[in-house]
Amino acid sequence: MAAEKKPTKSNTSKEDLMGFYREMLMIRRFEEKAGQLYGMGLIGGFCHLYIGQEAVVVGIEAATKEGDKRITSYRDHGHMLACGMDPKGVMAELTGREDGYSKGKGGSMHMFSKEKHFYGGHGIVGAQVPLGAGLAFADKYLGNDNVSFTYFGDGAANQGQVYETYNMAELWKLPIVFVIENNGYAMGTSVKRSTHSKTLWERGAAYGIKGEAVDGMDVLAVKAAAEKAVAVCRAGNGPYILEMMTYRYRGHSMSDPAKYRTREEVQKMKDEKDPIDHVRDLLVQGGHASEDDLKVIDKEIKATVNAAAEFAKDSPEPALAELWTDIYA
Amino acid sequence: MAIQILMPALSPTMEEGTLAKWLVKEGDTVKSGQIMAEIETDKATMEFEAVDEGIVGKILIAEGTANVKVNTPICVLVEEGESADDVKAAPAAKTLTNDEQATDSKEENLPRGKGSAAKSAPVAVKSNASPDWPEGTPMKTMTVREALREAMSEEMRANDRVYLMGEEIGEYQGAYKISQGMLDEFGPKRVVDTPITEHGFAGIAVGSAFAGLNPIVEFMTFNFALQAIDHLLNSAAKTLYMSGGQMGCPIVFRGANGAAARVGAQHSQCFAAWYAAVPGLKVVMPYSAADAKGLLKQAIRDPNPVIFLENEIMYGKSFEVPDLPDFTIPFGKARIWREGTDVTIISFGIGMTYALEAADKLAEDGISAEVIDLRTLRPLDYDTVLASVMKTNRCVTVEEGWPVGAIGNHLSATIMERAFDYLDAPVINCTGKDVPMPYAAGLEKHALITTAEVVEAVKSVCYR
Repeated sequence: MAAEKKPTKSNTSKEDLMGFYREMLMIRRFEEKAGQLYGMGLIGGFCHLYIGQEAVVVGIEAATKEGDKRITSYRDHGHMLACGMDPKGVMAELTGREDGYSKGKGGSMHMFSKEKHFYGGHGIVGAQVPLGAGLAFADKYLGNDNVSFTYFGDGAANQGQVYETYNMAELWKLPIVFVIENNGYAMGTSVKRSTHSKTLWERGAAYGIKGEAVDGMDVLAVKAAAEKAVAVCRAGNGPYILEMMTYRYRGHSMSDPAKYRTREEVQKMKDEKDPIDHVRDLLVQGGHASEDDLKVIDKEIKATVNAAAEFAKDSPEPALAELWTDIYA
Repeated sequence: MAIQILMPALSPTMEEGTLAKWLVKEGDTVKSGQIMAEIETDKATMEFEAVDEGIVGKILIAEGTANVKVNTPICVLVEEGESADDVKAAPAAKTLTNDEQATDSKEENLPRGKGSAAKSAPVAVKSNASPDWPEGTPMKTMTVREALREAMSEEMRANDRVYLMGEEIGEYQGAYKISQGMLDEFGPKRVVDTPITEHGFAGIAVGSAFAGLNPIVEFMTFNFALQAIDHLLNSAAKTLYMSGGQMGCPIVFRGANGAAARVGAQHSQCFAAWYAAVPGLKVVMPYSAADAKGLLKQAIRDPNPVIFLENEIMYGKSFEVPDLPDFTIPFGKARIWREGTDVTIISFGIGMTYALEAADKLAEDGISAEVIDLRTLRPLDYDTVLASVMKTNRCVTVEEGWPVGAIGNHLSATIMERAFDYLDAPVINCTGKDVPMPYAAGLEKHALITTAEVVEAVKSVCYR
């Protein structure tokens, strides 16, 4: 598979490449395990996997500093792992146990970490966009130089509140990077069937917001674009829009038979554009790592993910008294 | 080590399915992510991908088999040189059944909700009758409008994380002049004029509260908050719970609620019962200027989302307000405006106008009515309500909102559950009529409540 690709040469350091490889593989293995636990009935309800889109969050996170905030939709496991949240706590939330980030009361779509400045985990499509602008509003109000990374999909990009937010974000010069994760499909509806404009990022122009499209399967391209966008926002010249052209390999959620696209289309993306294979090739062909070096990493990650799964299975169900806590502060 | 592959659950409700087709055969090497089989659920045919790598050692369930239960072993993956017979049984998924979960709850004394009320049938209740401010406090006359403005300004002076956001609140000085002069004092950073974009700015305000600010959002009227209600409920009210207590939302949503005067159906609606239904919100609806001030200051200091329902007609009404540098009124404490012995009239907000007028008229007929202003609908002062009804044995509720799912309905149910034996007559709910608000003056008057209707209801429960 990988041999068919022609990786570009990279000036990125070995350390950075190894870091990207490790983080992206971590998300992928975690998500595969989550899919497996779902199949065993250990995870219930809705569960939206991030497989295929790993380069987006890993590349964006590479451009952040302490204090920056992030918020996203319900396809949120990758974002949590990428910002440093503990895979054990995330997996235990997926299994609805007391050691989960939300004590089992949030689930796959609703996790938060004040410590890592991760503001959820939101299940209403598009609602996280004004919320993310609110995070940026607070930082501007408090006079720091933090940036808010607000992720949403091509589906959310047709919600009215996104454009209400664009207007106010530019009017008030909020330090926010809007990251559109365009994976081509809003559940079963392709962008072509839902959106008249050729791109999503260019809609920002109507509000005076700068932006660009980015190869969201290439973590190096994502990082470079994110650094540019962050610099604009930190200098007080935000907001900025990044439209990440990406792809999800799995269905919209676990119960999606994905009949709206062909198996060949999915396979072609896996073969030609896989973000992890891309970095793997850069590492091997650049002489930074041998296959054996990478196997060691693979094993470590598998062990971490398995430990998270065991932790999530062993963590107790929340006590019934938890039903009545955390309703009011 | 050989691994058993189990029949997967492929939807939130799937219990069994048909193994429609194998896409691998015994002896094949599979990679993580490779499609192994097609499985039919009740809704669709799904592809089933391998998670682990290995060699297909043995297929246990033949293709075409129907009604395969979730978690049944369907094949065995082995490593090079291993036999499928070496397989160790995979640990079965440990999910608690409803019965098992229920055992935990048997001794649980649920503090709220269904099941708790019945157990606490007639017991002595005592209302908190402590005064809202010390006796002898000097008073000043003030309109509700001025009281609201003073409350916000005092809290903004005390805490620089409190800011006001909304339409026409700054340069225009407020559509109803509540925020008059505040832009001059606090500047545009803290008195933020927004475009007409309720959904968007409500979301921005909630996000800023997540990040540590204390926003006051003014909706020109709560009718327009319908455009933003997703953020009030899904974003503001639920996040503390969904985050396991990590992330709260200290925010106040305030503005005019209910009917004004002849502004038609879309601008005349009471949302008290709507918001009072939502756990995670606190809901305030003051009547007097003193309560408006003390409760709004309390709302701004509260670490939870507060819905603060005002009324345009009340803005210009004057009341005595304590002349104190700082006072607040706690939530969940009703005020007894008038003590009486024959009947309890319970109301809140502008409904109090009818309740108090009715009590005056009833006194002329020799009926002594106790009038209670709930002041906050969530939390609700059940004790004061029940103590009064246990004393008077009769109750009439008064509100301008619609009759179905009204606050009065909830009070009736609570009184029935907890004070049934004390009642000498059924509780009557006086509400607005079950119609959209008409424009014509005469029709509008009758779509709302009239004092005469309250008087009639009281006479009815007193059998007079």
